[in-house]
Amino acid sequence: MSDTYVIRGARVLGGDAADLVLRDGVVAEITAAGAASAEGATVVEAAGLVALPGLVDLHTHLREPGREDAETVESGSRAAAAGGYTAVFAMANTDPVADTAGVVEQVFHLGRAAGYVDVHPVGAVTVGLKGQALAELGAMADSAAQVRVFSDDGKCVHDAVLMRRALEYVKAFDGVVAQHSQEPRLTEDAQMNEGALSGVLGLRGWPAVAEEAIIARDVLLADHVGSRLHVCHLSTAGSVEIVRWAKSRGIDVTAEVTPHHLMLTEELVRSYDPVYKVNPPLRSERDVMALREALADGTIDIVATDHAPHPVEDKDCEWAEAAMGMLGLETAVGIVAATMVDTGLLDWAGVAERMAFAPARIGRASDQGRPIAIGEPANLTLVDPARSRVVEADELQSRSRNTPYAGRTLPASVVATFLRGRPTLLDGAVRPAHEGANA
Amino acid sequence: MNRHLLSAADLDRDDALLVLDTAAELASLTDRAVKKLPTLRGRTVVNLFYEDSTRTRISFEAAAKRLSADVINFSAKGSSVSKGESLKDTALTLEAMGADAVVIRHHSSGAPHRLAHSGWIQGSVVNAGDGTHEHPTQSLLDAFTMRKHLAGGVGDLEGRRVTIVGDVLHSRVARSNVLLLATLGAEVTLVAPPTLLPVGVETWPCEVSYHLDSHLKDADAVMMLRVQRERMNAAFFPSAREYSRRYGLDARRMALMPEHAIVMHPGPMNRGMEIAAEVADSRRSVIVEQVGNGVSVRMAVLYLLLGGAQLGSPLDTATEA
Repeated sequence: MSDTYVIRGARVLGGDAADLVLRDGVVAEITAAGAASAEGATVVEAAGLVALPGLVDLHTHLREPGREDAETVESGSRAAAAGGYTAVFAMANTDPVADTAGVVEQVFHLGRAAGYVDVHPVGAVTVGLKGQALAELGAMADSAAQVRVFSDDGKCVHDAVLMRRALEYVKAFDGVVAQHSQEPRLTEDAQMNEGALSGVLGLRGWPAVAEEAIIARDVLLADHVGSRLHVCHLSTAGSVEIVRWAKSRGIDVTAEVTPHHLMLTEELVRSYDPVYKVNPPLRSERDVMALREALADGTIDIVATDHAPHPVEDKDCEWAEAAMGMLGLETAVGIVAATMVDTGLLDWAGVAERMAFAPARIGRASDQGRPIAIGEPANLTLVDPARSRVVEADELQSRSRNTPYAGRTLPASVVATFLRGRPTLLDGAVRPAHEGANA
Repeated sequence: MNRHLLSAADLDRDDALLVLDTAAELASLTDRAVKKLPTLRGRTVVNLFYEDSTRTRISFEAAAKRLSADVINFSAKGSSVSKGESLKDTALTLEAMGADAVVIRHHSSGAPHRLAHSGWIQGSVVNAGDGTHEHPTQSLLDAFTMRKHLAGGVGDLEGRRVTIVGDVLHSRVARSNVLLLATLGAEVTLVAPPTLLPVGVETWPCEVSYHLDSHLKDADAVMMLRVQRERMNAAFFPSAREYSRRYGLDARRMALMPEHAIVMHPGPMNRGMEIAAEVADSRRSVIVEQVGNGVSVRMAVLYLLLGGAQLGSPLDTATEA
């Protein structure tokens, strides 16, 4: 029956080749390459491909409800499947803000209905992201959406008392606060990384200290109250040093880096093209190298995309008027291959840890980021490490086009994605997991 | 020369001298009874101004008209822009009208760069001041003025010492002047309180100081920058009076300057703040002359970017009645 897939000859986590039999939503058999019976099964020839656990993105903006012109849960989920993801955490800065059980359940159910990936809504820390009063974190945790990650992403929880209370409160349901570290006063109207280049370009500087000061404060708060803390999108060498110090002290902190901060530098801002405008801003070459090293040595735990779709008119304008953010889901694997794998900093097992196992652990997504082993949920991604690809903005699944990589060649491609044993990406086609498979 | 003038860095030494020499030639032609030349007849120059700027807009308008170009003035206030039209749509409209050059003043740094490089328009783009980035024609008119007083009106500014004082952080005039004056061989010193200097200023081709008195006795020119009123309440300095005492050019400080040294200001001035009235009105002040030179320099820029007829004898005989 066509519900069974035999993945023939894939290198599991980049190691030895094996056949994987997916049946009834789980990995039913693992055999020597070429040994699995293909009877009644659909065979996926995977010689030379790397099998990874389905990728998990802890930081995605799906824009629904409110900005369906930029992205919907459906279109963002399609983009995720195309990028090799089987789960995404949808940030709370929608309109209305995901600060109640009602909104997170709406997003959760839209994700279910779309059927491409597991959509885990992130709950806002404060009401309306205003940084003044705690949102009903417990209600969101107890809702059908089972929220475990809370973030005001896009805004920083800058009030130290409020941050302390949030860190404490979420312990009751094993939650985590994911902080967008940006001291607001130091970054009023900030446009780009503050340094020699911002002075030359006449763009208001966004100093590294505005990020680092908040991270330093937060790790000390987390230590003081014995909570876990997750730091969103680290972008500076100094942030790396603070997180490294905190971990050496045994503080329960995890950190993420985006693909774009692993690859792109502030030099691109010379074009004044807002496709390169992002929060936190692109930094220097030195920062990029520090972030890569930190991701390799485990100081930074995960890669998270900060996929941030924007409609054309919000980018096709003057720099200062443009929205901040760039697409990420459909290019993340290629960027990580280029910056971490091809450079020898990480092997594919290391990629699996940073893009699937660890993000699932941090987000408490218990059936995602599982080992590729018999009886485990069949969430899988097949990557061809040798198939390079030129990024074409018009070919993306996302509803938006604001990719900074258009025209760039990326060294690896996602070939197939399986969600609980059913393909969401196969033979170049993206499809939901809950229909067609039984036809 | 490039097709656009977006930054003073677009000009190498030869380009800069070509603009200055052309400006000098145009100035001598238009000093005669007939002020108008036919060189840009049939060409359209649009002044696209998103910020209020009487002096720069009028200067560009006069420059284009003296070259016989058709001039369209488009200011953001009371136009489609105030109804929310984007820069892109405005640009497409101007393109449809056949603009050969667009002179743009914009509050966002980089807006002229976007206009020139986004494929929205085909014509030349002249930056008439963008945000806190650059104002290249201001630096050209300043260099023109300095050359006239300090170098006999010919050649470059090799070895001349220029002290630029004030809000460097937010000044597009300072950025363009540092770049152009370095290209022309002048030695520039920026003087400002540390709060009004950008991070990374040590990488600029100039010296930097916090003390004004030390940089007056060797100066050939002292250029005072305007201090915007909104800076006064943002902790860049404690008070207007303290700023004025430490960084204002008053009669005592002017007396420290060499006899031949000139005083400059891009305008509009805050008399009593960065510059004392008696200094602004003194015989060393070339501030009013700067304005007049602005027209000649902008004529040269438009002429060179739009590739008008050769200067020289044909032009002399072709002047309009």
